[in-house]
Amino acid sequence: MTTARRKDALKHGAIWGFILVELAFFSIAGEFLAVSDKAFMDFDNMLLLLKQSAPIGIIALGMTIIMINGNIDLSVGATYALSAIVLLDSMTWPALQAMGDWAIPLAWGLALLTGTVLGALNGLIVWKTGVDAFIVTLGSMLGYRGLVFMINGEQPTSHLNWTLVDFAEAQFLGLHTATWFLLMAALALWLLMTRTVHGRNAYAIGNNREAAVNAGIRVGPHMMWNFVLIGFLAALSAVVFYSESGSVNPNDGMLFELWAITAVVLGGTKLTGGYGSILSTLGGVIAIQLLRKGLGHIGAATETVNLVIGLILIAVLLLDRQLNRKGKEELKI
Amino acid sequence: MTEITPVLRLDGIVKTFPGVRALDGVSLSVMPGEVHALMGENGAGKSTLMKVLGGIHAPDAGRIFIAEEPVIMTSPQQAKAKGVVFIHQELSLADELSVAENIFLGELPLKSFGRVDWKTLYDTTDAILETLNVGFDARTRVGDLSIANQQMVEIGRALTVNPRAVIFDEPTASLTDAEKVVLFKVIADLQARGVGIIYISHRMEEIFKITDRITVLRDGQYRGTLITAETDEDEVTQLMIGRSLDLSRNASHHQMGDVALEVRDLTCGTLFQDVSFSLRKGEVLGFYGLVGAGRTEIAETLFGLRTPSAGQILLEGQAVRITSPIEAIRHGISLVPEDRKNQGLVLGMNCRDNMTLPQVDGLRAGPFVSSGAEVEIFDHYKEKLDIRTPGWRQIVGNLSGGNQQKIVIGKWLSMRPKVLIVDEPTRGIDVGSKSEIHNLIRDLAAQGYAVIVISSEMPEVLHVSDRIIAMFAGRVMREFTSEEVTEDNLIQAISGIKEGRVA
Amino acid sequence: MADMTKQGIGRLLAKQGILIAFAIFMIGFALANQRFIAIDNISGVIRSSAILGVMALGVTFVVIGGNFDLSVGSMMSLSTIVVLDLHDKIGPALAIPAMFALTLALGAFIGFLVGYMKLNSLIVTLGMLSAIHGLTLTWSGGKNMDIADKAGTWFAVFGQGRVLGVPVPILIFAGLAIILGIVLSRTAFGRKVYAVGGNGQAATFSGIPRARIVFLTYVLSSFCVAVAGLLQASRSLGSQNTVGQGMELQVLAAVILGGASLMGGSGTIFKTVIGVLILGFIQNGLLLMGLAFYVQYVVTWGIIILAVWLDVAAKRGRLWSPTA
Repeated sequence: MTTARRKDALKHGAIWGFILVELAFFSIAGEFLAVSDKAFMDFDNMLLLLKQSAPIGIIALGMTIIMINGNIDLSVGATYALSAIVLLDSMTWPALQAMGDWAIPLAWGLALLTGTVLGALNGLIVWKTGVDAFIVTLGSMLGYRGLVFMINGEQPTSHLNWTLVDFAEAQFLGLHTATWFLLMAALALWLLMTRTVHGRNAYAIGNNREAAVNAGIRVGPHMMWNFVLIGFLAALSAVVFYSESGSVNPNDGMLFELWAITAVVLGGTKLTGGYGSILSTLGGVIAIQLLRKGLGHIGAATETVNLVIGLILIAVLLLDRQLNRKGKEELKI
Repeated sequence: MTEITPVLRLDGIVKTFPGVRALDGVSLSVMPGEVHALMGENGAGKSTLMKVLGGIHAPDAGRIFIAEEPVIMTSPQQAKAKGVVFIHQELSLADELSVAENIFLGELPLKSFGRVDWKTLYDTTDAILETLNVGFDARTRVGDLSIANQQMVEIGRALTVNPRAVIFDEPTASLTDAEKVVLFKVIADLQARGVGIIYISHRMEEIFKITDRITVLRDGQYRGTLITAETDEDEVTQLMIGRSLDLSRNASHHQMGDVALEVRDLTCGTLFQDVSFSLRKGEVLGFYGLVGAGRTEIAETLFGLRTPSAGQILLEGQAVRITSPIEAIRHGISLVPEDRKNQGLVLGMNCRDNMTLPQVDGLRAGPFVSSGAEVEIFDHYKEKLDIRTPGWRQIVGNLSGGNQQKIVIGKWLSMRPKVLIVDEPTRGIDVGSKSEIHNLIRDLAAQGYAVIVISSEMPEVLHVSDRIIAMFAGRVMREFTSEEVTEDNLIQAISGIKEGRVA
Repeated sequence: MADMTKQGIGRLLAKQGILIAFAIFMIGFALANQRFIAIDNISGVIRSSAILGVMALGVTFVVIGGNFDLSVGSMMSLSTIVVLDLHDKIGPALAIPAMFALTLALGAFIGFLVGYMKLNSLIVTLGMLSAIHGLTLTWSGGKNMDIADKAGTWFAVFGQGRVLGVPVPILIFAGLAIILGIVLSRTAFGRKVYAVGGNGQAATFSGIPRARIVFLTYVLSSFCVAVAGLLQASRSLGSQNTVGQGMELQVLAAVILGGASLMGGSGTIFKTVIGVLILGFIQNGLLLMGLAFYVQYVVTWGIIILAVWLDVAAKRGRLWSPTA
């Protein structure tokens, strides 16, 4: 039993240990190789890192609850792009322009509503048709992207609102606006998954769906709510990012689903569902961002980041397998 | 007149599915404090009846009474709210969650904003666990518990309400003897509290040990209720199958050939140690023991699925090293595995493809698989084993358990094995097909096959074996010839008692 | 009686739904625009579907074997970039086998991890998607790759040539489809792929080397990717680093559209080819109707979900999921 506990602690702590190793490695390697003369663990650099983690991070948090629930969502990148377009496009509508800065909360609301509706649509299809979430969201990944082009055309949409940019670039208690959004979302979802009946039922469904059904848990609505949440979070991520950048390309957000899943898996959440944690995903997100920055810091070409992250993902799987081996007596199947 | 009213009464339940009359006027009543056995072959209607009781199926006719109040059941949750609780055969627990969360699965106590009331949850759970007298607490992760303790969690679920009737569906299927004792004590406690219990099981010795009355179903029809103390196994069996089953000892002593297989001091870590035996052509060697005694693991080792840490395997006098099923098959060893659905068959494939799977490489015409040769093999064994299927194109998953098992046996017979190992030959197979499979095994031996039969059912082992090896905790306790074996000395041997002394 | 016909229709839809949908689409488009069924238009569609199609053939094996392959898109980018780069450095005669060797080695690596090390294929191929993308960028230095002398190389024959008037990509796609279709349906290897995907444990218990079979499906898939990379490079004689980006999911969509189950053990090459053609013809039909390319995304979305929904509904015998 204590070994079980120890193993559990090891699993939860692993990602943070990995972050420490990264920090140490890049700090030391940076001394010898750094292209800039700034220290890697520079405070501002770390703050920036958190801010840059936010867009993928917020989506990855949503992906965590989807995966704990035993599903997957491949359409988040497209949802992100569509919400971004609604955000920027709506502010150019005459009705909203007439409202001055009051247009901002309305545009935000519209963008968030877009994501929520798209998520709900996925959830509803998964629930009512019984088609696997992988296939449903694979389809809507294409479909939502099509909607992006239909609304936006093939050219980028830009709209800079300086009030919005000021807000997005603000720092409160040292942390950037985007970082605050990331942390608040993480806190809220952590509370949701550990403290509420919805969260616990989501674990139960991912862990043993039949048992949950037998116990009278209504699987459909729980799955649906989680899709609504990830849709909302994808939109939130878009709101956070595009408030500052002010320009969206119809291909934005492509491969976000893969990055988010990578972060979630690095954080130790099981693909089969029923096991995982919001905080570990936060760790996974930070670890990836650290790697990006760190490799840049020691002068490695930016393209190596993809290579390294891919290999690390596979290494994590190998390690997990070695840890869970039962030894020589195991059935060889 | 103060008559005791039954806690639960089913009256004239009828349920038809398209083309089948699954239940035809079945009645059953359970008195407070009674353990009432429900018996019948597979397909007799037991599970349909329980699904009607649980509100999963609505009956076409008939009524359900709880304490003589008529009720209409709409779901297992509603049944539970009315005090009727099911303990399922296959554990339905979420093993990443805590004991408390599992016990209150679907009905976690709430605070404001949808928050879980952890304190109430843990306190109530600990109180329930205390009445069950178990050695773990509410916060334990279910995945860390033994199977028996997980079953206690299931029982704990029943106690979250004040149950009037508890239904146990094959509860001892995967329990050791010591664990069974604990389970029976819990059942006795429930009994003492006046709870009525429906106990579904195939195991006669348990039925006669703990039940008060036995109701038997056959082909969806009510066949009668017997008072346990006034009946015997023969009578129950007759009611179940409509005739008495020949489970007499095997007496056919035919000629045995040379030694086909010899195993010397075979050991696989902690799973089994120093196992030695030999097997002749034309002989059936039975392995009997409790779940976890190491019988299946020996079979898996002989079949190359486990790596032995010591010992020798000799086939026809030649020492061999078997490191994979492919090599085992090459050496002429075949295994009909215990878990038919997961290990024996590709359920989505057709009958022919399943049967020829191990030798598909050999059935070639040029670079292609020869369909003609495959169909020939299938037809041969379909006739020989009397497999009832419309044709080879039939998907195996659509066949009955008995016919599926025959496909697996046919698959391995078609390899012409030197040694055929059959692990739990009749698990999940109805009584009629059972005796067919038993006869088949005897016939194979008569034809000169060397056969190992592993079974948890004593009558089966006694019936088919020429010799029996009794195992306990990974060791061979004793070897019996069919003349010297009795039920008593066999039971003693598999419980760790070696010829009168405790090992 | 009415019930019987309803059931009959349901079963027909379940079994041949994809062919029926295909037929309806073709007829609809043909009525809307005569040009749609012109020979050169049809040949054009098949030709432009060939690259996706060749990749889908390989992925069909992987999916029937019970696994995913999300790495084919980025692997195709790498093959294309590598063969274009080596073309000018060592000449096409050596560049082609070198590119095949590299691609097959990557396929073997994935096959080793998924087959022999028994790692989750979704994550492994996701990791490889990223890693191979990084490899491509490193190889090309992030720049586009072009052949210097585009007019003076025979290399263009694979993507642009014709034999007896038929475009070479169509011949390669058709040839490969026929060969692999026969391999899957008629050979012992094909049978084993179905067994491993249908029930891996039972396959092991029947003496089938599960790890080797899974390994081989990935090697086969990477071979198809190499062929697709060759076609792509030869067609355009120059390429971006991201030419195959997103194709892994389109390929998967085609395979699913063909009716292969993601659980493994079912699907055929013929159905995959139909799936590929449906995607190609929808795109073409919509373009001919004057709609932009992205409308096909939305239409494909609807078709994928409808196709799988019908399949699932037929299996469970009711349209809507019983999930509460």
